[in-house]
Amino acid sequence: MPRRNDISSILVIGSGPIVIGQGCEFDYSGTQATRVLRSEGYRVILVNSNPATIMTDPEFADATYIEPISPEVVAAIIEKERPDALLPTLGGQTALNVTMALAQDGVLEKLGVELIGAGVEAIQTAEDRGRFKAAMDAAGIPSPISQYAHSLDEAMAAAADLGYPLMVRPSYILGGGGTGLADDEASFREIVTAGLDASPVSEVLVEESVYGWKEFELEVMRDANDNAVIVCSIENLDPMGVHTGDSITVAPVQTLSDREYQAMRDDAITCLRAIGVETGGSNVQFAVDPATGRRLIIEMNPRVSRSSALASKATGFPIAKIAAKLAVGYTLDEIANDITGATPASFEPALDYTVVKVPRFDFAKFPAAGDTLGTSMRSVGEAMAIGRTFPEALQKALRSLETGRAGLGADRTEHAFAALDDEELLERVRVPRPDRIGAVAEALRRGHSPDRVAAVSSIDPWFVDQILQIVETRTEIEQSPEDPGLLRKAKRMGFSDRQLAFITRRSEADISAWRRAHGITRTFNTVDTCAAEFRAETPYFYSSFEEESEVPPPGTRTVVVLGSGPNRIGQGIEFDYCCVHASFALKDAGYEPVMINCNPETVSTDYDTSDRLYFEPLTVEDVVGVLEAEQPAAVIVQLGGQTPLGLARAIEAAGVQIAGTSPDAIDAAEDRERFAALCHATGIPQPANGVASSVREAEDVVDVIGLPVLVRPSYVLGGRAMRVIYTVEDLSEYLAEFYGDLPGAADLADAPLLIDRFLEGATEVDVDAIYDGTELLVGGVMEHIEQAGIHSGDSACVVPPPTLTEIALARIHDYTERIARGLGVRGLLNIQYAVRDDDVFVIEANPRGSRTVPFISKATGVPLAKVATRVMMGESLRQLREAELVPASHGNSFTAVKEAVLPWDRFPQEDVVLGPEMKATGEVMGVGPDLGVAFGKALLAAGHRVPDSGTVFLTVDDRDKPQATEVAAIMLSLGYRVVATRGTAGHLARNGIQATIVDKVGEGPWNPLHMLEAGEIQMVFNTPRGRRARGDGAVIRQAAHRHGVPCVTTIEGALAVARSLQAGPDAIVDVHSLQSLHS
Amino acid sequence: MSTGLLVTADGAVFRGESVGAEGVTTGEVVFNTTMTGYQEVSTDPSYAGQVVVMTSPHIGNYGVHDGDAQASAPHCTGFVVRSMARRYSSWRAQGSFSDYLLHHGIVALGEVDTRRLTRHVRDRGAMPVAMGTDVDEAELAAMAAAAPSMEGLDLATGVSTTEAYHVAADAPRRGHVVAYDLGIKRDITAALAGRGLDVTVVPATTAAEAVLAMDPNGVFLSNGPGDPEPLHETVAAVRALLGRVPVFGICLGHQILGLALGASTFKLPFGHHGGNHPVRRLADGVVDITSQNHGFAVDLWSLVDGDAPSRRGVPTPELLPARVDTEYGPVRATHQNLNDGTLEGMECLDIPVFSVQYHPEAAPGPNDAAVLFDRFRERIL
Repeated sequence: MPRRNDISSILVIGSGPIVIGQGCEFDYSGTQATRVLRSEGYRVILVNSNPATIMTDPEFADATYIEPISPEVVAAIIEKERPDALLPTLGGQTALNVTMALAQDGVLEKLGVELIGAGVEAIQTAEDRGRFKAAMDAAGIPSPISQYAHSLDEAMAAAADLGYPLMVRPSYILGGGGTGLADDEASFREIVTAGLDASPVSEVLVEESVYGWKEFELEVMRDANDNAVIVCSIENLDPMGVHTGDSITVAPVQTLSDREYQAMRDDAITCLRAIGVETGGSNVQFAVDPATGRRLIIEMNPRVSRSSALASKATGFPIAKIAAKLAVGYTLDEIANDITGATPASFEPALDYTVVKVPRFDFAKFPAAGDTLGTSMRSVGEAMAIGRTFPEALQKALRSLETGRAGLGADRTEHAFAALDDEELLERVRVPRPDRIGAVAEALRRGHSPDRVAAVSSIDPWFVDQILQIVETRTEIEQSPEDPGLLRKAKRMGFSDRQLAFITRRSEADISAWRRAHGITRTFNTVDTCAAEFRAETPYFYSSFEEESEVPPPGTRTVVVLGSGPNRIGQGIEFDYCCVHASFALKDAGYEPVMINCNPETVSTDYDTSDRLYFEPLTVEDVVGVLEAEQPAAVIVQLGGQTPLGLARAIEAAGVQIAGTSPDAIDAAEDRERFAALCHATGIPQPANGVASSVREAEDVVDVIGLPVLVRPSYVLGGRAMRVIYTVEDLSEYLAEFYGDLPGAADLADAPLLIDRFLEGATEVDVDAIYDGTELLVGGVMEHIEQAGIHSGDSACVVPPPTLTEIALARIHDYTERIARGLGVRGLLNIQYAVRDDDVFVIEANPRGSRTVPFISKATGVPLAKVATRVMMGESLRQLREAELVPASHGNSFTAVKEAVLPWDRFPQEDVVLGPEMKATGEVMGVGPDLGVAFGKALLAAGHRVPDSGTVFLTVDDRDKPQATEVAAIMLSLGYRVVATRGTAGHLARNGIQATIVDKVGEGPWNPLHMLEAGEIQMVFNTPRGRRARGDGAVIRQAAHRHGVPCVTTIEGALAVARSLQAGPDAIVDVHSLQSLHS
Repeated sequence: MSTGLLVTADGAVFRGESVGAEGVTTGEVVFNTTMTGYQEVSTDPSYAGQVVVMTSPHIGNYGVHDGDAQASAPHCTGFVVRSMARRYSSWRAQGSFSDYLLHHGIVALGEVDTRRLTRHVRDRGAMPVAMGTDVDEAELAAMAAAAPSMEGLDLATGVSTTEAYHVAADAPRRGHVVAYDLGIKRDITAALAGRGLDVTVVPATTAAEAVLAMDPNGVFLSNGPGDPEPLHETVAAVRALLGRVPVFGICLGHQILGLALGASTFKLPFGHHGGNHPVRRLADGVVDITSQNHGFAVDLWSLVDGDAPSRRGVPTPELLPARVDTEYGPVRATHQNLNDGTLEGMECLDIPVFSVQYHPEAAPGPNDAAVLFDRFRERIL
């Protein structure tokens, strides 16, 4: 069936901010879809609140709304744009949920919007546990057997029917609370009793347990002609019980016979038909009992997903792109396979390599949360690797994580296991935690039998044996470190030079030279969808150690862009955005961009983004391997965050030109002493600071520069372990926590403590600028809403800056230019300043693209990353102005706010306080005529539904009391009731504001915990002081969080919330496209 | 483990190690892109005379099982993989694939750069190879150069049963089918028997009159190895059967039918061997993902005056003649391969005869086309 001509405009809904469970894979899918739909001639209307996405670049849609993805806002957009159709399947659960709300409210019907891709019925059947099970029963596909029970007796009867182990799930409990696995009658009685008690309807679901079963996923596509194909099959190394997003996964399936696989394939296709997914991609998940082969369907998602992004990258089959075409009427056989150019998309990719995905966790940032993995996803990113074999791909994937691993074992991470006795080690093998794979390898190395390891971990024996082969190869090398045959075997198993250096106690350079002398070098093979059956048109490569490389001879205008690796807190989609822009800019300027990255979620690893894509780990060895094959004119390292920056020196040493700012200039900015010297020489004030190598020195430095101070150990990046210290006691407490119980003069020499005077009450300002050697382009000056001391990544910020004086702004420009010139920047520069009245202090400067580049680009309409790329390649800002890439002048006629999104819901044990250590996973942007409206939209977009009436509970630190008066006044004027703790209420009363006094936690009936529980408080403004307000404050914040009550922890935030409420609800639904804002 | 070597007729050398029987062997090299089903592939009689290269790197992972074998023993002459499992894992496994090959005397190599070998075959076409363990390169090169091409080779008669045998219906009995064994797979007889058909499997050279004497409801022409051209006796028998009994052909059986109808066949550059080939049903446009294993194809244009249209981009139905006239009446193209546009199925309009080039019995591969066996049953009853 050809393209549908009865629709001409389509609304695409994105997935909003990056949160755990919804990462940049939906930017990848949305970008593909909008691109395809526009090239098919449809008018595309897009809504997404996340400014750090490629899909929200104005050229990807006809009307781009960076607005909250909430039913009322999307309804307003529909009202304004009147699209013919809505495609809800490309923006994750967020898009599906908002679509369902609009359908149920009758908005879609009223405004004549047709759902394409998946209908309301199909979505409901897939999402509702009961309906799904009924549909599968009707289709003859087995699912876990279960019974509802309303009493212990009923439950016991169910247990007698089903047999142990059993899963017990209380009904209508949010977030899986009370769910438990019972191995025997005693534990079953206990869990059921608690579950019946916890369930508001006294109901539990007693279900057969599939814990420890093998887990599989199939990615299915179906078209309007009922053609269905399996794009990719995925097997989880971690068995059932660990969320697939937190599991190590492998493609294709490895341990199913053809008969078993084909039966699963038939079930998956039958499932799509039964659910009624008319067109597009779906993900179907199965559990298989390893003892009997019994197969159960677990769930299906009627939309593209994280797994489909992975499947697309693993196979070269672009699921989202094809799904968009299917949604507008095409059938699979009418769409060409991009990679071969000559065969259709109605086929199933054949892989002649193995793909491994490993999750990346950031549990260190959430120390209160246990790191045992379960059914709620908590990884913040992932890396994928391609190798010919599983061992090769696994080792490449592990070193792609950038967690200190060089592969599987034979690196410094294995020291962590040295202290464990066998019993403790096997416990690490049994319990799924982030580094279980390391424990598995270590247990095998210690000689535990593979059978035992397989039995303890429930990891399939085939995988265990493959891991054992890695371990054995390592032992063989230890025994014969000079054997070149063994060396070749090791490289083919994915060992890095770093691991081989570790094993043989030689240097990495030594190993590299030795293997080259034996002719053992990388080959590059193609991801071609067809196992070499047809010639590939689209160059998408991975490295291996085979006999033939498929890379074409190097060109002369090749420029390599290094990506940013797996997402992590502090380095996410913003950097991928910059890398993608670099590629686009290079293409525009006549270069051949080549991308190296290992993050399967991203747009940068779409083979359409660059001229060539290398799916490789971002380590020195792997990157230099690609550079040797490509022989590029230059490498761009300043757009992918810290990852490529860390490789700059080694790349330079390998004789390859770094584009733009030199590695030495990068070092000059990162080295505190060099940077301080520069500031001193150019007359730029810095906060007083010092470095301490002992506890006594630390106390001395503090004596000299005065309290409060900001401290951090020199060896950690990204604000980890950074703290504001207000008192001498704070300092001792901090030193004890991070350096152990140190005696007075103990040595901190291994990780000297960096100490900066903390400028209390200062406003923090971020600047993104580009310098070409003679001219400075200030992209934007962002004023943080929270005070200095909150990590910039966790802080809301606003452009244009509402409170900075003319003098301060002029100084910021002046200092920025001086630093850019002093460092020798060619390209992007991000500087953080602390501003108090007219005084401006520089906190730090980073000569690279920053997290705020996409936000500023969206807020101002200046494509900073593209401009920076051209500057790096030697063009001047003047030339780019003539080429109209840089506008003659730019200013904002509107206000844009960036707000951070934090993962508290995944770490319920954590205190929700902001501090100098970044914890945000994502960001949203709100735009409006003033700060109030823009901030209100940003809050809604970030998922904070601020109640429009009710009671506000106010309890603030002494420092914040002056501003608390204004907050309380606004809230009272808007009709809210204000309650406060005694101290805060007293302050308010002295300023003529009446607030009801509540008791302290644990004292009397009018205490905030009881009130939160009783639903008598609708919002909490609580500002703690440093970390010391653990205790009451923390208890209140957690209670607020538990009851879904918004909790603001900075006084500036509270004020901004109050002002946003003043703007009123109508302002939130006053929507404007980016195109109209910038015209 | 002893070292292994493979040399192609045009002199390319591939190194590996022995993962099956020791020794030396020759055959035409073909690559198979299916990602599961190595045991089915190794035992498919259609691979007689061929060395199979699996493009999927990990082979042997789930061991072997009697129920997966398509014949009592492997028929390929050699097997080449990238990584042979040292340990298998499956609840249904009865042994390791490596031992299975060893037990049946099949020379097999592991640790071979199978992608390079596949690309070699793709770019230069199917060709003979010689391979072996602990063997001299020059010796293999000479053997490879001397090995015969598949064209003109009758391999089917060699793998066919010498005596007729019966496979009883495995469901309420609905009829009787005579199946010509040109290299029949067990899953085909099982598919027929599972639909209530008693199957009499007869040798490839069985005369038409002998078949008719069995009074079958239908005749089935099986898959098999090699070139259909030399199978004159079988073609002659089929010509005598057309119009007298319903006929259904698969793979080599489809090619035999093509020859019987007067069309010619030709050798594909490197054949179709895999489980992911899209085939369009021309009647309704629906695409089946099919299991394929053949090196030759039927050329319907040989029955038409004029040349076949040249191809650009994704194949369209126009690449096939919609209808050709034969001495048995008009014949219609029913199925088309969407990778290269070749004929994948045809049917006679005046007589109950149809055939497909691919494998509706799968094993290995998708079950999308299993319904064709139902259609055969409906046609004959």
